[in-house]
Amino acid sequence: MERVGVFTCTGCGIGEALDIEALHAAAEDPKPTCTASHPCLCAPEGMDSVRKAVDEEKLEGVILAACSHRAKRQELQLDRAATMVERVSLREQVVWSHPPNEEDTQMLAEDLLLMGMAKVTRAKAAIPISETIESGVLVVGGGVAGLEAARGASGLGHQVVLVEKEDTLGGRTRDLRYQTPARPPYDTLVPSGLPDLVAAVQDDPQIRVLTGARVKSIRGQPGQFSVEVETPSGVESFKSGAIVQATGARPYDATKLGHLGYGSSSNVITSHELEAMLSRGELGRPSDGKLPSRVVFIQCAGSRDPEHLAYCSSECCGVTLRQMAAIHKDHPGVETATIYKDMRTGGQLERFYQAVQTQPGSLFTRGEVSAVEGNGNLKVHLKESLLGDDVSLDAELVVLAVGMVPNSADGEAIRALRDARVRSEKGDSEIQKKEALKVVEELKHNEGTEILNLDYRQGPDLPVLRYGFPDSHFICFPYETRRTGIYAAGTLRAPMDGAQAAEDGWGAAMKAAQCIEEARHGEAVHPRSGDVGVPDFFLQRCTQCKRCTEECPFGTLNEDEKGTPQLNALRCRRCGICMGACPERIISFPDYSVDSTAAAIKAMSVPDEFDEKPRILALLCENDALPALDAAALARTQWNPWVRVVPLRCLGSLNLVWIADALSRGIDGVILIGCKHGDDYQCHYVKGSELANTRLGNLQETLTRLAVEPERVKIVELAHDESDRIPQLLDEFADELEELGASPLKGF
Amino acid sequence: MSEATPRPLLVVGAGIAGITAAIEAAEAGRDVVLLEREASIGGRVLQLHHYFPKLCPPSCGMEINTRRLERNPRVRVLTRSELKAAQNGTVTIRQAPAYVNDRCTACGKCSEVCPAKVKDPHNLGMSEAPAIRLPHPNAWPYRYVLDREACPDGCRACVDACTYDAIDLEAKEREETLEPAAVVVATGWHAYPLDRLPELGGGTLPNVISNVQMERLASKSGPTGGTIQRPSDGEAPKRVAFVQCAGSRDHNHLPYCSAVCCLGSFKQALYVKEQDPEAEVTIYYIDRRAFGRNEDILARLSEEKGVRLLKGKVGQVKAGDGGGLKLKAEDVEAGRLIEDQADLVVLATGMVPNLKDGVLPLGLERDDDGFGLDDTRARVAGVARRPADVATCVRDATGAAARALASGRA
Repeated sequence: MERVGVFTCTGCGIGEALDIEALHAAAEDPKPTCTASHPCLCAPEGMDSVRKAVDEEKLEGVILAACSHRAKRQELQLDRAATMVERVSLREQVVWSHPPNEEDTQMLAEDLLLMGMAKVTRAKAAIPISETIESGVLVVGGGVAGLEAARGASGLGHQVVLVEKEDTLGGRTRDLRYQTPARPPYDTLVPSGLPDLVAAVQDDPQIRVLTGARVKSIRGQPGQFSVEVETPSGVESFKSGAIVQATGARPYDATKLGHLGYGSSSNVITSHELEAMLSRGELGRPSDGKLPSRVVFIQCAGSRDPEHLAYCSSECCGVTLRQMAAIHKDHPGVETATIYKDMRTGGQLERFYQAVQTQPGSLFTRGEVSAVEGNGNLKVHLKESLLGDDVSLDAELVVLAVGMVPNSADGEAIRALRDARVRSEKGDSEIQKKEALKVVEELKHNEGTEILNLDYRQGPDLPVLRYGFPDSHFICFPYETRRTGIYAAGTLRAPMDGAQAAEDGWGAAMKAAQCIEEARHGEAVHPRSGDVGVPDFFLQRCTQCKRCTEECPFGTLNEDEKGTPQLNALRCRRCGICMGACPERIISFPDYSVDSTAAAIKAMSVPDEFDEKPRILALLCENDALPALDAAALARTQWNPWVRVVPLRCLGSLNLVWIADALSRGIDGVILIGCKHGDDYQCHYVKGSELANTRLGNLQETLTRLAVEPERVKIVELAHDESDRIPQLLDEFADELEELGASPLKGF
Repeated sequence: MSEATPRPLLVVGAGIAGITAAIEAAEAGRDVVLLEREASIGGRVLQLHHYFPKLCPPSCGMEINTRRLERNPRVRVLTRSELKAAQNGTVTIRQAPAYVNDRCTACGKCSEVCPAKVKDPHNLGMSEAPAIRLPHPNAWPYRYVLDREACPDGCRACVDACTYDAIDLEAKEREETLEPAAVVVATGWHAYPLDRLPELGGGTLPNVISNVQMERLASKSGPTGGTIQRPSDGEAPKRVAFVQCAGSRDHNHLPYCSAVCCLGSFKQALYVKEQDPEAEVTIYYIDRRAFGRNEDILARLSEEKGVRLLKGKVGQVKAGDGGGLKLKAEDVEAGRLIEDQADLVVLATGMVPNLKDGVLPLGLERDDDGFGLDDTRARVAGVARRPADVATCVRDATGAAARALASGRA
């Protein structure tokens, strides 16, 4: 674009600390169409003057040189769709953080303006994709979460298809007679609400229920999924806009709990087996059918135990209390005893716990069970922690409160298994085939576990994280998975009880409805909600290296047989990780590209080495590191004036060419600051900061080729609240570079 | 979804639950009005140092939420606003005076000249701040706020210092009415007051603090810049005792379990150990309630040297020598009474729903403890509905928005 206006705010101390005329004069190549300053750009009259200039001068691009782009976002909106806006942070990055009216401060401001000019002149207005969007919702799984999700999506105005693999709806809690109370006084069992829920779903004309069915395949992208479902009466095909996966959890395999007597005595059963008995109204010992005089419950059977399930399943304490109360209600005279590590009854469930504690014939004791002995009549041996003694309890029926295991499929592992299988047969060498066979052996247990059967390059199911839960940010954004438009709900996504699973169903329905709405406008979903720019692939230069298709954390790209990427734009979250991955630099967003960032880096002034003015490029994650820098500026912390900041959508969008370009220009060092990675990652795009680290590992060769010391490139993790640390990091890096001396490439 | 003149979803309270309900509904194409009593949104979570179990800063997720909020023209955020009345489907909203208006650039000149100091509410009164100030570094809107009552008579220092015409000391409150399609109530909670726990030194001994105060002490934007210190003398505590269920699971105080305090203390024990690996920490508990994968943090804590988890109820905390504290507790496992000493005692106080007192909006019902009960007039979300951690609040609020919109359609 050619017509760019520069509008500089002189408020908030900018005008007093900088020579604005000199600043505007510094923009020579390209020269702006017009420049102007305003004492307060964010006041209505300030932006009115900008809008007037845009219309009069027919500006295609506008630089607002004022505060950080994170400040005054609403006030500094231009409302001119065809005109690109670039914010230059003179306030936070220059005058709040550097001494006024000094040469270095002025040079910093001029560089930032030139870099902004370089970016905006290369940006293009994004044209939203406009395609036919389906508004139906597919719900996979007909347990509590799935049933509520179906009701929710229907309630929000969507047609729903509910697919359940069993012949009846209701899932794991199908047989439940009672549930724990959700309303005051919270002390009495209430009848299970499941029959009403099932009836509501079956009677809803907007919901079509397919039982005894499984998903055969899902192709496409949000707003345009093509679904095939195998039903007892043949394959059904339909379109769907978004998907809720609510495939639930299964009880932990009690056969692994031999030390608790399971398997050796038929009178040791699981809580699920007891539930089935209670629902039939036939409480009896499996050995002889006799009504037990005392039932002993063992909590955390295989839970909170690294040998079995490391996590707490959240519902088991409530389940046991419910079962104790049900026994007391329906079989008066039967005693119940519960052995626990910690009773976990959060919220008002505490009141129910207190009510059950006072029921005659109930006993609670804290301890660790060491063994369960006997066959007909049982002895439960435990170290009772309250008295510290080894004691034993007689029991006629022992119930193991087992935890839950999510019914997820590890999509990435399945893909890896399939790839390894191909390599083991068609590998280039015997060694490769052997290695591949090892992988096959290791991953074989994933075979046949497919649930969604997605036609995605990265695998047929949602990627899973720790413990097999398919989430991505379970604290702040609990429904988000790593597949756009597919939301996880219920015990699939985290251990929870039935009441929570019901809320989960509605929440996931909300997300599904939202995804369809955003797809309708060609907008990205979380976290860059509303972004309409999509990546463009210049495929003539593609070398089919597959890095983009492999590295996208959201499975956006498929591949043809040759390995050429195929974009599914409605799956894209706009993080730019593909753009960073591409060695040929052929992937660009309209307003964010390898070229525009490279141009910004080229626009920095690099004084020759005798000037004693080193230059440092800081590539910062705009979600966490940049806000931390803004907060440091707010506290008026100063940092080294040789640093030039370029914000990135995600550190994962880092393209190594930027570093090579910077160093070969004689820039003395490059620091990259991104989010924490690893198990407790904080990267909003899950994999971005990790991938940036991996890429840097591959940079060594380039540095050697350029004859540059490896210490000139540094990558650091930083959290959003570390505003005290980020100026220190920049200063320390500047000191380290000073030790190293000027870049050997300066002046070439 | 294309109604002629769609009525908005009204969300009352802009903590993590209300913000979530508002954004999720707005991005699904609904108009939303989001009310917040305070001058900036975010509620309690922005007073927390880190979230469990990942030990990550709450501002990180909030960064994304505020970005989603400010780009979405469908959400109208009304800060300093409360529901005043509701009748026949029409609600009246009262907005407190905008002494600092939206022309404020957050330049800070007013704060520099302000002669009046107040106890900083963001730091729970543990530090002082000018009467006109930015509430905290992550405030949204990014705008200063004035405690008008704290102004000395006739003082106009801030007005004179402001070059943007952003301060109006004579600003008036305003009212507006609204006919929402549906309502989500997410009015949140406050901590059970320390001074109701005098036997534990609450409100009387300076080195007995609450768990929410501990969050501010650990936070970089807190009164000590993130250094955990004893309030009495600023010393780093060598022995820290956490008293679980302080006023919870107790019919004399809060009969229910607040569901987050165990995890809060486990997390805070790690704060202490991170700052001083030599510090000794004791956690007195009835049950260690770490739901779901939060068990990870308990497992991590159990491996820390110098951390003792003791099943027992603390009955008494008294002043010892030199600011120290003496505890009397029941060691349940040993079956005896013990005495212990600490430099700092943290009372893990529970959450009291803000709906507990006062007139309930929209004729909602509440239980004996003040938690709101869903009905057709409104959906209740977050801690207004039940004690819950952040993940649960977000989960429930998304569901509550859907339920409210579905009932609003009918």
